[in-house]
Amino acid sequence: MPIIVNGTEQALPDDPRVSLLDFLREHLHLSGTKKGCDQGACGACTVLVDGERILSCLSLAIQYEGHEILTVEGLASEGALHPLQQAFVDRDGLQCGYCTPGQICSAIGMIGEVRRGVPSQMTPDLLAARVDLTHDELRERMSGNLCRCGAHNGIVQAIVDTYGEQRRAAE
Amino acid sequence: MTPFSYSRAHDAAEAVALGGDAATRYLGGGTNLVDLMRQTVETPDRLVDVTALSAEIEARGEALWIGAAVRNTAVAAHEAVRTRYPLLSRAILAGASAQIRNMATVAGNILQRTRCAYFYDDEGASCNKRHPGEGCDAIDGFNRMHAILGGSASCVATHPSDMCVALAALDATVHLRGQGGERSVALTQLHRLPQDRPDLETILRPGDLITAIELAPLPMARNSLYRKVRDRSSYAFALVSVAAALEVEDGAVKAVRLALGGVAPKPWRASLAEQALIGKPADANSFHAAAEAELEAARPLRDNGFKIELARRAIVATLSELAGDQA
Repeated sequence: MPIIVNGTEQALPDDPRVSLLDFLREHLHLSGTKKGCDQGACGACTVLVDGERILSCLSLAIQYEGHEILTVEGLASEGALHPLQQAFVDRDGLQCGYCTPGQICSAIGMIGEVRRGVPSQMTPDLLAARVDLTHDELRERMSGNLCRCGAHNGIVQAIVDTYGEQRRAAE
Repeated sequence: MTPFSYSRAHDAAEAVALGGDAATRYLGGGTNLVDLMRQTVETPDRLVDVTALSAEIEARGEALWIGAAVRNTAVAAHEAVRTRYPLLSRAILAGASAQIRNMATVAGNILQRTRCAYFYDDEGASCNKRHPGEGCDAIDGFNRMHAILGGSASCVATHPSDMCVALAALDATVHLRGQGGERSVALTQLHRLPQDRPDLETILRPGDLITAIELAPLPMARNSLYRKVRDRSSYAFALVSVAAALEVEDGAVKAVRLALGGVAPKPWRASLAEQALIGKPADANSFHAAAEAELEAARPLRDNGFKIELARRAIVATLSELAGDQA
C-alpha cells in the first residue's frame, strides 16, 4: 500500500529507517517541512496525518503506510494561499521563516482539536461542552512549535485573524 | 540508526510470537523509541508495530479499560476519563506537546525511558542503564533533574511520565500478554527501582506486550488534581509533580490518593503520606506532616536539594486546594 502525500500516492522507501521527515524532504523533494532539532523538541517538522498534527522527525515513513499526509505544499489551492498562510504574511508571523511551515500545519491541526472539544492544560473546566480559544488556550496549544526569532505575537495574531470566530463566539 | 526489519502485528498473539526475542522492540507512536534508535541507545534488530492493536476505550462493568495503543490525546479527551478520572486527563495534558500527545500511545508512555542526559549520550558519558557496571556520570555530575527518592549508588535517573503518576494514584492495573498467556500487574509494581541493575526497568519479560490499562471505579477521583512544577509553563518535564485525590468527611480525611512525579526512578506512590493522613483533620498542618513522612527518606544530590522543599510545598498546595473544594 502506498502513502498519500498532498493527495498523490507515493511509493514508500525500501529502508524502514527513513523518517517521514527525510522521506518528504529527501525522497519527494518537498522541502517545505523543516528539520530543526530532529528529536521532537521544536515542532518545525509538524505535518498533518489524516488531519491530525504530528512530528514527522519522530515518525518512520513506513508507519504511515496507507495514511494521508498533508504538508505546507498542499495548503494553497489554485494559486491562492491558504487563508492562514496569507494571515502569516499580513501579520508578520515570521522573521527567518524556518519554523513557519510547522507553525502553520500545527495551527490547522490545533483548530481541528478545538472544534472537536479536545481540552488542554489551560482549559478551566474539563467537562465544558466546548473549548473557547482564549489567548492562554491558543498559546498553550501552540507551545510545541518554537520560534527563535520571537515572532510568536504575530503568529498568534495570524491564527486569531483566521480562526477568530472560535474566540468571538466565546465573548 | 542501525538496520532493523519492520513488521506490523495484526493481533496480540501475532505480536507476542514475533516479539519474543530480546532484540525485538514493540513500536507504538515512536516518540521515544525512534529518538533513542537515532541516538543508538536502542539498537533493535526488529520492530513490531503494535499500533493497530487495542485502540479502544470501553466500560467493562464498573471499570474502564483503555487499550494499550490508544493515543494520549484520545485518553485525555475521553468523556469517561474527563468525568471520572480528571487527574488522568490533567496529567496527560500537562505532558509533552499536542503533536507528541497525538502520536504517543498509552503503553509507549508507560515504557518510555528516562531523559537523563547521560543516558542519552551514548558516545560521551558513562551510564549503568546503558552498560551495566560502566558507572554513572549523573551521580557526581549535573543532576538538577534527578531523583531524590528511590535512587541507588548506580542510578539516579527519574521516570519522565506525567500520565503514570496519575495511574499510580489511581491504582491502575496493567494487563499483559506474554509467551505464557495473559496476566496482570499493578502499575505501581510494573517499574523496578534501580538498585544495582538500573538496566532492568520493569518486571516485564522478553515478549511481554501491554494490552490494556484497567481503572477501577473510584468515586473520590472526581475530586482530583494534577499539579506540575517545571522550568517553563508548557512543554517541559516535571521538576516535581503531584497527582492527588481526596475525600473529606466531617473535616477529616476519609480517603486519599497521592503520587509524585519527577522525584524518583518510577512513578512514586506516596503511601507513607497517605497513611499519615487517614483520619486526620483536612488542614495544612496534616498535609505538612504527611509530606514530611514521605520525604523523610529523600536524599539530595549536588544540584537537586531544592526538590525536597518543592515537593513538600507542592503536596501541601495540592491537598489544600482539594480540601478547599470540599469545604
